Amino acid sequence: MRPAEFAPPFDAREYVAGPTDAPEERIDVGVLIVGAGPAGLACAIRLGQLLEESPETAARLGEVPVAVLEKGKAVGAHSLSGAVVNPRALRRLFGDRARIEEMPFYGPVEQESVYFLTPRSALRIPTPPTMKNDGNYVASLSELTRWLAGKAEEGGAYILPETAAEKLLVDGGRVVGIRSGDKGRGKDGEALPNFEPGSDVTAKLTVLSEGTQGHLTGVALDRFGLSGENPQVWALGVKEIWKVAKPLDRVIHTMGWPLRGGRRYREFGGSFIYPMGDDMVTLGMVVGLDYRDAELSVHDLLQELKTHKVVRRILEGGERIGWGAKTIPEGGFVAVPRRMHAPGLLITGDGAGLVNVPALKGIHYAIESGRLAAETAFAALQRGRTAWTPGALAGYDEAIRDTFIWDDLKRVRNMRQAFGKGFWIGGAMAGAMTASFGKFPPGNAKTEPDADHELISTARASKYPMPDGKLTFDKLSSVFLSGNKTRDDAPNHIKIRTDVPREVALMWERMCPAQVYEAKEEGVEVTPSNCVQCGAITAKGGRLTPPEGGAGPEYKLT
Amino acid sequence: MKIAVCVKHVPEQARKIDPGTKRLDRSGEGAINPFDVHAVEEALRIKEKQGGEVLIVTMGPTGAQDSVRKALAMGADEALMITDDAAAGSDLVATTNALAAALEKEGADLIMFGQQAGDSDGAVLWAAVADRLRLPVISQVAELEVSDGKARGKRQTEFGYDVIEAPTPAVLAVSDAINEPRYPSLKGIMGARSKPQRTVSLSELGVEGDGMGEAGSKTTVEALSDPPPRGDTVKIEDDGSAAATIVDFIAERKLI
Amino acid sequence: MATLVFLEHHENELLKPSLGVLSKAAGLGGEVTGVVLGSRVGDLGAQAGKFGAGKVLVVDKPELQAPLPQPRVDALASIVRDRGFDTVLFAASVLSADVAAGLSARLQAGLNWDLTDLVQQDGGLVGKRPALGDSVMVDVGWTSEPRLALIRAGSFDPKETGGEAEVEQVDAQFEDFSTKATMVEQAHAESEGPSIEDADIIVAGGRGLGAAENFKLVEELAQALGGAVAATRAVVDSGWYPYATQVGQTGKTVSPKLYIACGISGAIQHKVGMQGSGIIVAINKDPNAPIFEYSDLGVVGDLNEIVPKLTELVRSRKS
Repeated sequence: MRPAEFAPPFDAREYVAGPTDAPEERIDVGVLIVGAGPAGLACAIRLGQLLEESPETAARLGEVPVAVLEKGKAVGAHSLSGAVVNPRALRRLFGDRARIEEMPFYGPVEQESVYFLTPRSALRIPTPPTMKNDGNYVASLSELTRWLAGKAEEGGAYILPETAAEKLLVDGGRVVGIRSGDKGRGKDGEALPNFEPGSDVTAKLTVLSEGTQGHLTGVALDRFGLSGENPQVWALGVKEIWKVAKPLDRVIHTMGWPLRGGRRYREFGGSFIYPMGDDMVTLGMVVGLDYRDAELSVHDLLQELKTHKVVRRILEGGERIGWGAKTIPEGGFVAVPRRMHAPGLLITGDGAGLVNVPALKGIHYAIESGRLAAETAFAALQRGRTAWTPGALAGYDEAIRDTFIWDDLKRVRNMRQAFGKGFWIGGAMAGAMTASFGKFPPGNAKTEPDADHELISTARASKYPMPDGKLTFDKLSSVFLSGNKTRDDAPNHIKIRTDVPREVALMWERMCPAQVYEAKEEGVEVTPSNCVQCGAITAKGGRLTPPEGGAGPEYKLT
Repeated sequence: MKIAVCVKHVPEQARKIDPGTKRLDRSGEGAINPFDVHAVEEALRIKEKQGGEVLIVTMGPTGAQDSVRKALAMGADEALMITDDAAAGSDLVATTNALAAALEKEGADLIMFGQQAGDSDGAVLWAAVADRLRLPVISQVAELEVSDGKARGKRQTEFGYDVIEAPTPAVLAVSDAINEPRYPSLKGIMGARSKPQRTVSLSELGVEGDGMGEAGSKTTVEALSDPPPRGDTVKIEDDGSAAATIVDFIAERKLI
Repeated sequence: MATLVFLEHHENELLKPSLGVLSKAAGLGGEVTGVVLGSRVGDLGAQAGKFGAGKVLVVDKPELQAPLPQPRVDALASIVRDRGFDTVLFAASVLSADVAAGLSARLQAGLNWDLTDLVQQDGGLVGKRPALGDSVMVDVGWTSEPRLALIRAGSFDPKETGGEAEVEQVDAQFEDFSTKATMVEQAHAESEGPSIEDADIIVAGGRGLGAAENFKLVEELAQALGGAVAATRAVVDSGWYPYATQVGQTGKTVSPKLYIACGISGAIQHKVGMQGSGIIVAINKDPNAPIFEYSDLGVVGDLNEIVPKLTELVRSRKS
């Protein structure tokens, strides 16, 4: 049985429409950016710089030259990553306008170790070249985006949180903006007393920076036929932040236990443990969603990981202060859309799959792509030009191909897929790839949709630790810690077939880190208010759409 | 009709008390006190029915801008912020004096508050402000009627519902049962920025110095400790007598 | 120490929380004076002597007939000033909170509220109060006199010490603004059960009830105990009970004296809505349910058997 057999009731075309508000009711902006993550904010910051030097262009963009929409309660509320950030793109973005010392980093990476874990031991292995982190900085992406937002606002951008972009506004084949989601609907979609309809936000150019599993990104890829031959695939990362008694002196990555290396399991991933200053540590488990065991639960694997003596020692005397989950696009080079633009539209960052999986890096690509999107936008909106003119935005794709993003992704393009063949073979192939700078093996491996893999059932769940409330925790208390206070009477934002066989229902129950799905005697029950919008469901047979703006987690330190 | 609504910016998930200062750690992100949103909503409804303007008044650090913007986005017309570093850590008396001094100059017909501060500060501000301004006060209002020159509020007490009437100008504190606040429209959110926002310092209000801020506070916070443990929890398995055990347990504690 | 205790009354009876505070004040030492403010209060003042008041001041004026705060502030302000009380205590209520706050502004005196205890410590008076959703205790004090305090209702039990108090009638003058608010309709005891926010006893039902019909068990127990019915998120989501009764992170926060949880697992989303309850009794058939970690009495068993029996026993005990 494959989850793909139970396709969700979702039609991307329902999310494409022309503007329906009366013209005077529409909100008109110059450049509209969807998503206040690193890509979107970098775009806003660069535009602010360019517009400052070009008041005539700014004037042409109207009263609101740059607007950034964010579906989370505040900037950073939905931002989550490890993270160890390569400052390269930030330096290019700010030049001498801001120094690394001003940015909210937790210090440069001083030491790093990679371990292969077994249940009772940790074998140090040499750090693979792709994973070396010299010159990089540990950061909380949530904090970094808040800092970036401050810079964007200083540069004149309007940032509008609690606003979900629900539909892509397309008029005569051109993207002319987005329609924001309604607020104040009840469980069955009925209008509640404080119902507030969404608005048409029209713009001369729309930039999608929605991150992983971006809703309108998926809609646009479909509407404009932008996808390449290879479908995107994802991994699910679940992480925690801890206050610790002893400082951690190094950045740690692990492979092996608790994941199983055999080919039949397809469990690709590992863990990260990063120091955040002297008194905090963040740790997470990342697993490819092409795994086959219906009993696999990334959240519980993280809990299991913490019971390893090496990890236990790091957390001893500490206290869990944060938790979150999010998917990461893992297809790499071969899954990047064949085109990242359409008339009036640019796609940046994780939404375009710009993530270097073996190096675990995507933030600096997001920032660089946002910067390039701003430059393309600025050029396309000069006097006498529009973003809808054929070829106006082609420069964006060219620019991306010319930067380090493309070189990096190309070099590691087959690495993830190699691991699909199992850890040991994958490891050997990865070594060969690195040594040959990506020339070996020739050609490009393919990707298969995560939901296409046949499910198996092992007794994996019996090994998950019982939550003790001190070291290990259950999902519900974790959802609470994410700050999620989504109202219970909101409509269900997850498109999913509920009449599925038990095996699929159980797989979803385990998969979801937020306990949204519960297998019943017949079918599956969905509690959408638990959802932290990680996006895993979209990879495994359902479809996540944005709920009411402001709903979902309120991450602070992730 | 001019309605002033006093709002407070409170820490979002105030989960920590700063062990150094022993005050609420307000360094995190904050938001408008959810109870104050009901007051803003009620003021907007009155304005929509009878015309007039809604002024948002707040005292707090510059982070309070976000709370003010939210109220403006909902439809309030202007904001007055008492922003002064010297005000940080002010107690009830100092906050009352500052707010009253600011409100005195505004000549509002109604001065509204939300009934409870989520961070348990200022939980009784309205009655203190009313006394300072020498105005009648109605608190816990769950249903409000405002007509020519008077306000009538229905409120729930321990004994049931009272209906109290007062001539305007008056101070009102509304409970969260009074209404379901509206979501600001996107247009409202964008328009908030350009609405008039004045700031005023403590000295401009004539209340600087004695009594203000942490140093002038008439109350102190001495120490923090863990709450008394719940006591030994008793856990039993029902062997048919559990019901009787429960009754004895609660009777012993004079709960029935 | 010269303490003044605000004695609230309703329908010709001094209220228990006020008497509790009075008893506590007597225990702290010094002179303890009660004050009764109202109209045609008869011999209410004398009753206070039994609970530790050395003296009771009675202000009996028509302006004080309705339970409104502002005339009381006028009366208390002159009493405190004229007689030099250094401490004024209130048992918190809708009325007294407004009185205490108004008095704080009038006298420019420090007010601490939501106290659950008062002690003499290091030569001064220290109040103790919970903060951050009852997850931490804070010690609070005053830097000047008079010291005003609002004490959480029910924190102290009245103790009859059987003394006799000297009763003194006191006059009062009222500011013109104090009598502008008027009582149009005054509250009287409700015929229906209390709302969950006000209830002293709450019986709550969760998923473990199994079906909507089984809420009858919860309702009957609540009725027998004179309490209110509450529900968990799961139950409300399933449509078994209305959202107005939902207790928890996305529902209401309650702190009754007694909370009986039937078939509730007690995940943190629910816990934060009721962890301030006085006594928590939990009935659940799953011995690992999280609620057993923070309940005072946990019963592992079948609620379908236990709850009806409990209701019967409560009824017979009451009659």
